[in-house]
Amino acid sequence: MSAQTVKIVVTGPFNSGKTEFIRSVSEIDVVSTERKITAEAEKVKSTTTVALDFGRITVDDDLMLYLFGTPGQKRFDFMWEILSEGMLGFIVMVDSNRPETFREARSILETFRAYAPTPYVVAANKQDMPDAWDLEDMRVALRLEPKIKLLPCTATNRDTVKAVLLELLYSILEEMEPQHD
Amino acid sequence: MALQGNLRDFTIIQLLNLVHLARKTGLLVIETPEETAQLGFLDGRLTFARLGQEDDGLCTVLYRRHKLTTSQYRQMQSRQTTMGDMELGLILINSDILTMEEIINAVQEMYVEVVRRLFTLIEGFFKFDAEAGLPEYRIPVSIELENLIIEGSRQIQEKEFLQEEIPSLDMALKFSDRQGMDIQKVNLSVEEWKVVSYVNPQNTIKQIAKATKMRDMEIRRIVYSLIQAGLVELIRPTGALPGTVKPMPVQDHDEQRSLVNRLIDRIRSI
Ligand SMILES: Nc1nc2c(ncn2[C@@H]2O[C@H](COP(=O)(O)OP(=O)(O)O)[C@@H](O)[C@H]2O)c(=O)[nH]1
Ligand SMILES: [Mg+2]
Repeated sequence: MSAQTVKIVVTGPFNSGKTEFIRSVSEIDVVSTERKITAEAEKVKSTTTVALDFGRITVDDDLMLYLFGTPGQKRFDFMWEILSEGMLGFIVMVDSNRPETFREARSILETFRAYAPTPYVVAANKQDMPDAWDLEDMRVALRLEPKIKLLPCTATNRDTVKAVLLELLYSILEEMEPQHD
Repeated sequence: MALQGNLRDFTIIQLLNLVHLARKTGLLVIETPEETAQLGFLDGRLTFARLGQEDDGLCTVLYRRHKLTTSQYRQMQSRQTTMGDMELGLILINSDILTMEEIINAVQEMYVEVVRRLFTLIEGFFKFDAEAGLPEYRIPVSIELENLIIEGSRQIQEKEFLQEEIPSLDMALKFSDRQGMDIQKVNLSVEEWKVVSYVNPQNTIKQIAKATKMRDMEIRRIVYSLIQAGLVELIRPTGALPGTVKPMPVQDHDEQRSLVNRLIDRIRSI
């Protein structure tokens, strides 16, 4: 029997640090592809290029974790089929220094949230930079409810990347507990 | 750390929303090539506003709002240079020229006017300074931001902006359970009230639009204003889900838990 595979999707605006994040923990060189996706209905006219990153962590002989980086918004329907199967949860990366991207981040987040009933966490990336916004301000700007985890992250620092992945996994475990109201 | 940026990317309404929901205290400075504006906040309420170098001494403010006659104005103005607004205000009250309420209302109206003018700015550098103090001689007022936020949101015209802000009409709405959020104290239009009356985790925005016969733009704008004012929040509808996800390769509960625990152990060991 071949190994089981599960996915964690890393999404967020362009330049937020998705590729860097996956690179920090992947055991293979991150494969970044520019995929040409053609809409069935408009095959003749338009192809849209979507940048996908792909990383891997072998858990044991029977289990493999794939990390997918995706910009998450353009041509979402097509991406969705690739991403949703076996997706345990997702991480939304946000560049803490660039409030001009918060709107898009929120839009991506809400699109994902509308589709996926899976747990997610938000990573406030590039916290190492001097102009980084405070988490408390980002929480409001991104409209995150108190129960959604917003985690400080520096994608170039493996420890913070690990912490973000672990927090997502803890959320996934919690979701599995029988629900108490 | 910094709370700064450009209004192009983070609008006045979003800044007011941030101050309001995070109950911030401090001074927001906005700079455009033409002028500089300052807004002061205490615990998420507006306490001060100033545009450029405009004369906003109390006497001038009252005179412009026809609360003082020309002769009263002249008389008081000579004192304005040496006295603070508080002192001037007390003199006006003690000499039965104006009541405290009239003075406070006039000052509040002036501040609101400044914020209204800022709504039209589409560009400008902003910086929020949590350390900066406010001038002490000012008349202390405290203006709730909800109404200003809703008023400002009504003016939004760009379709693209609203589409990005409310990307999916398949989401539902629920009333915010934040403390102090009270829909009763907000001035809503008839159309806005209609939407409010359908707020319920079971109704998607699309369904609300249909029930209220609203167009896409209209419903998005209203939902946006209610969200920004902190009155409602977006949630996944409790009904059917638009997407299907099969997250786990195994169905058994214990197996699923064991799978996640193996992942956790592995990540810890990296
Ligand atoms: N200082 C700093 N730079 C980062 C961090 N994460 C990513 N970057 C840099 O930001 C740029 C964009 O990152 P990338 O991973 O390519 O973003 P993507 O478009 O989301 O895949 C690159 O130059 C990264 O090296 C971080 O946490 N701190
Ligand atoms: Mg990338």
